Amino acid sequence: MSLQLLLTIAGMIVVTYGIRLSFLVFGHKLSFPAWLSRALHYVPAAVLTALIVPMALAPQGAIDLSPGNAYLPGTLAAAAVAFFSRHTLAAIVSGFVVYGLWRWLL
Amino acid sequence: MSQRFPPLLAGARDSLPMLVGAAPFGVIFGTLAIASGIPAWATLALSALVFAGSSQFIAVSLIGSGTALPVIWLTTFVVNLRHALYSATLLPYARHLPARWRWSLAFWLTDETFAVVEHQLRQQDNEFDGAWYWLGSSLAMYGNWQLWTIIGVLLGQSVPGLADLGLDFAMVATFAAIVAPQLKKRPVLVAALLAGVVALLARELPFKLGLMLAALAGVAGGVLAERLAAIGKPEMKETT
Repeated sequence: MSLQLLLTIAGMIVVTYGIRLSFLVFGHKLSFPAWLSRALHYVPAAVLTALIVPMALAPQGAIDLSPGNAYLPGTLAAAAVAFFSRHTLAAIVSGFVVYGLWRWLL
Repeated sequence: MSQRFPPLLAGARDSLPMLVGAAPFGVIFGTLAIASGIPAWATLALSALVFAGSSQFIAVSLIGSGTALPVIWLTTFVVNLRHALYSATLLPYARHLPARWRWSLAFWLTDETFAVVEHQLRQQDNEFDGAWYWLGSSLAMYGNWQLWTIIGVLLGQSVPGLADLGLDFAMVATFAAIVAPQLKKRPVLVAALLAGVVALLARELPFKLGLMLAALAGVAGGVLAERLAAIGKPEMKETT
């Protein structure tokens, strides 16, 4: 577990620092393609949604739309507050309140 | 050489809103990592040596679910690739700097420092010492992130039952809060919908490969939607 973790972090350091160094240090040998900068625009939304949806709709592995799944109303509440207020922290707290109440009530 | 401190302080000061914005995420990251069973040294190492918030969060969720190493590395690459764009954009302001400066500033390059520094350097004349300004923003963001991570780690250690309180939900809520405001743009909405559907359908694939598949589908969908929207309105000029 520990070696695995060490390797995970070491790899993440190499990958992340390598990306940041790319142009600042090796810029004269590189060029940034326009299609890539366009595609990058969609990466955060795509990756984060890909992480959220299975956790919210299938927290135990199988799709669970029953009232017993508190993840779903909690996630929807967080998303709705963020969408309308743009206030990230308020959204997280609202999500938590709905999630907690839901679990407590059901 | 004489005018180091004014620009250094200005860089830190202009980053203040970003420092405040990053603080809760630092705390949540530290707390979540400890609650997911990641040791304190690894949590602190992620903040101190990787220093890339969103990929740190994603790594915690992937490590916790036993994801294969190459998938974690590949996800980190995809999620952090936007930094290459920042690196390229800031190159004109760094070209004249010695190598040790460029290696250092690159290490501290984040969304926040990019936003602050790019905005400032674009409208400055040559007299202004941009390197020290950039360094000021970098150091402020770095110190701030370490501080709040440590506080989060201490919080996670002092409240041992946090995982049972549904802290795993905090990850979902945090991601949802980050993504939701972006969904007002239609191509981003298309990207998110596609990624979500593919991730749900492919969730049983081994090594979390479904995540990569979903990210690819989402990005392709977003680019395509953007293209289609542009074809639909050929005479519209970009005004915003």
